[in-house]
Amino acid sequence: MFKTKAIIRLTSLCAAICWVILVFADITVLFSDLKALPPDVPVWLPRVMLDLYVVSLFYYYKFRIERDEGLNFTDLLWKVFATGLIATVISLAVRLVLFLLGSTKLPSNVLFVDFVYQINLALFINFLLAAFTCWKRLILYQKSKWLIRAWLVFELLLLGILLYDSIHVVLSEAISTIAIVITSLLGLVLSANMRWVAYLNFKQKWTSLLLLLLSIFYLVYFLYSVTIWSDQITQQSGAFVNFQSHVFNIALLAFVLTYMSFSFLVVLFNLPTSSVFEQKLEEVVNFQRISQSIQTEQSEESVYNILLESSVSSVFADAAWLEIKGAANEQRLFTYQITEKETKEIHTHLEKHKIKGALDQSSDKTKNLSKHLSSLKSTRFRSLLAFPIKVKDETIGTLALLKELPEGFNKEMTRIVSAFANQAGISIENFRLMEEAFQNARYKEELKIAKTVQQSLLPTRLEQDPDFEISAFSASADEVGGDYYDTLRISDHEIALIIADVSGKGTTAAFHMSQMKGIFHSLAQLGPNPRDFMAKANKALVFCLERGSFISATYFVINTESKKVFYSRAGHCPVLLYKSAKQKSEYLKDKGTALGMVRSHDYRNFVEDNEFTYEPGDVMVLYTDGITEAKNNKSEEFGNERLAEVLQNNAEKSSKEIEESVISTLYKFSGSEDINDDYTSMTVKFR
Amino acid sequence: MVHIKRLQEDGADIIAIVGEIDASSSIELDLAIAKSVGEGYKKILVDCQALEYISSAGLGVFMSYIEELRDKNISFVLFGMKERVLNTFSILGLADLLNIRENKQEAKKLADELSL
Repeated sequence: MFKTKAIIRLTSLCAAICWVILVFADITVLFSDLKALPPDVPVWLPRVMLDLYVVSLFYYYKFRIERDEGLNFTDLLWKVFATGLIATVISLAVRLVLFLLGSTKLPSNVLFVDFVYQINLALFINFLLAAFTCWKRLILYQKSKWLIRAWLVFELLLLGILLYDSIHVVLSEAISTIAIVITSLLGLVLSANMRWVAYLNFKQKWTSLLLLLLSIFYLVYFLYSVTIWSDQITQQSGAFVNFQSHVFNIALLAFVLTYMSFSFLVVLFNLPTSSVFEQKLEEVVNFQRISQSIQTEQSEESVYNILLESSVSSVFADAAWLEIKGAANEQRLFTYQITEKETKEIHTHLEKHKIKGALDQSSDKTKNLSKHLSSLKSTRFRSLLAFPIKVKDETIGTLALLKELPEGFNKEMTRIVSAFANQAGISIENFRLMEEAFQNARYKEELKIAKTVQQSLLPTRLEQDPDFEISAFSASADEVGGDYYDTLRISDHEIALIIADVSGKGTTAAFHMSQMKGIFHSLAQLGPNPRDFMAKANKALVFCLERGSFISATYFVINTESKKVFYSRAGHCPVLLYKSAKQKSEYLKDKGTALGMVRSHDYRNFVEDNEFTYEPGDVMVLYTDGITEAKNNKSEEFGNERLAEVLQNNAEKSSKEIEESVISTLYKFSGSEDINDDYTSMTVKFR
Repeated sequence: MVHIKRLQEDGADIIAIVGEIDASSSIELDLAIAKSVGEGYKKILVDCQALEYISSAGLGVFMSYIEELRDKNISFVLFGMKERVLNTFSILGLADLLNIRENKQEAKKLADELSL
């Protein structure tokens, strides 16, 4: 920053010094010529000083304008204009002084005229260089490699011309002609780069036109005044070097003027189309709004609204509506400048005339339906365009655009709105996918909670007694299961046991399981006989279980005093009992209907009271159907026989060991530890 | 997977179940029975000869209709069950709540008697 400022100061100082030397040298040369004396200063000094002045100013503007990133197009034009304005004002001030001096001798003095001329020339070149730098920025606005090279060549050529001027070596006519032709051609080609004009909006274009016009005016003024003075001096002195003989000045002037006039004309002719360009820009912005609407946590509704707004503004529609089949299949209607009644009228009109695939949702093609509207007298609209909105190849809605003019939509408009509709479809699809993902995540979270709840419902410790030992095992598939077992001591010699299987899976199963646990813990401590327990449990459950779900259960009361087990089975798997006296395991045969199946009071008649006497060494195995229905790779079930066999072969072991053998045999049979069901077992070994 | 066919014979609606009924396919069974009841048949027979397996959800479907069938005086008889399937019914105690017969003839006879 500091460096740039320093360079700007240095170059401006340099230019000023050069100019002062230029003026003195020139006047000296002129004076000596007039008096026919040999000049004190070399004749070439004014030329060299002019060159140095030009180079200093060139760098001054390079740092002043070219490096300033903050300038936009109109700012650049403003710079040119401002420089021109200041130069003109100074020039006019000089003229005023001349006017005030009137017809005194001074104004007719050649040396004084030369001084005035030099001031004007300096201002003129200053103005030209400012314009030149600005034009460079405008031309190089959208750079290409080729363009940058062309410009470099152009600048080098100009520098060459400048050097040629000062050295004043006369080259052959042909070479200088070729150089001039190449420079002008290049200048013309470069002047064709007017891309910046397209980025101006309507107002900026007007400003540019005004600035350019005034700049041209200043240029012409300077050209005029400099020419007049130089002619005046030339008439009186042969040593005077006319600026016109300075090829560089001419080239620079030509280029600046050409580009200035080109720009003026291009901006002028672009005025009528500027609204189109602005329209395009707005379309791009609208497009972005649609595609970004999901990222900003907006709802589907806002996507629809943006679609409606953008479409209407892009094609200048007078009215529009959007029919959408929502995620839950509900029909929704968004309207713009049209009542729901009117949309219905148009709908029924089209239906009446059997116009297929128009607004009906099965259509997947954009339709121009304007011709069908002409027969509907009640509507003010004469053009209608319908677009399908698709999500995953399924049409979820229709966008209809209306105009009061007949033939109001062209192909271009159709294309734009079609793109909008597609983008909206994608946005909505993403939206729905995201929603689904959320739902799934929530569902999984719920299952996790249910599973924790279910696990916590199972007892952490089981009642033990000198008369028997109990071990239990329960595992559930990925989903939440509904297996339940528990024990409760009723009195010193009475212990209640339960095993249950809730039909269904998931959160409801866990929920019913917790109800079963509540029933067990409240009823069992009252010590009812098993059949009464079942009757009461059924009565409590029928009001909680929904249609089609039930709970199978077996309830036991072990009486250690009478060495008897009382039980009632409600639809649960039969009890497997090993009698040590017979050394045989068998299933107890009894009857009983699951809880929740019979809703009337006579449920008592569907369950039985059963009992058996136990002896030390007897084993009772309770289980759920997950064990007996486990399948191997041949689709065979584990079955009752295999279970009975395992028990018979391992009956001498402890309850824990028996249980382990059952599980390991089961795993071996199914060939995996991942059984696709809940399976639970409770083993009671009497002693 | 399950395949459910319905055909009418002597004024009775026969629902034949082919395959296995688990939690997902039980919905089809539910639909079939609901249709039959909705169409006003007074005699509904369920052909279980080709029923290979039924889960508790499938049993739940039969169970859920028991009261409605009784209220509407519809005679509902299942027949031709394989032993394994029948076992599932009887363990749960549904065998006592539903009318189950060995073959179609007996089932028809029972249905006729019940509808008198």
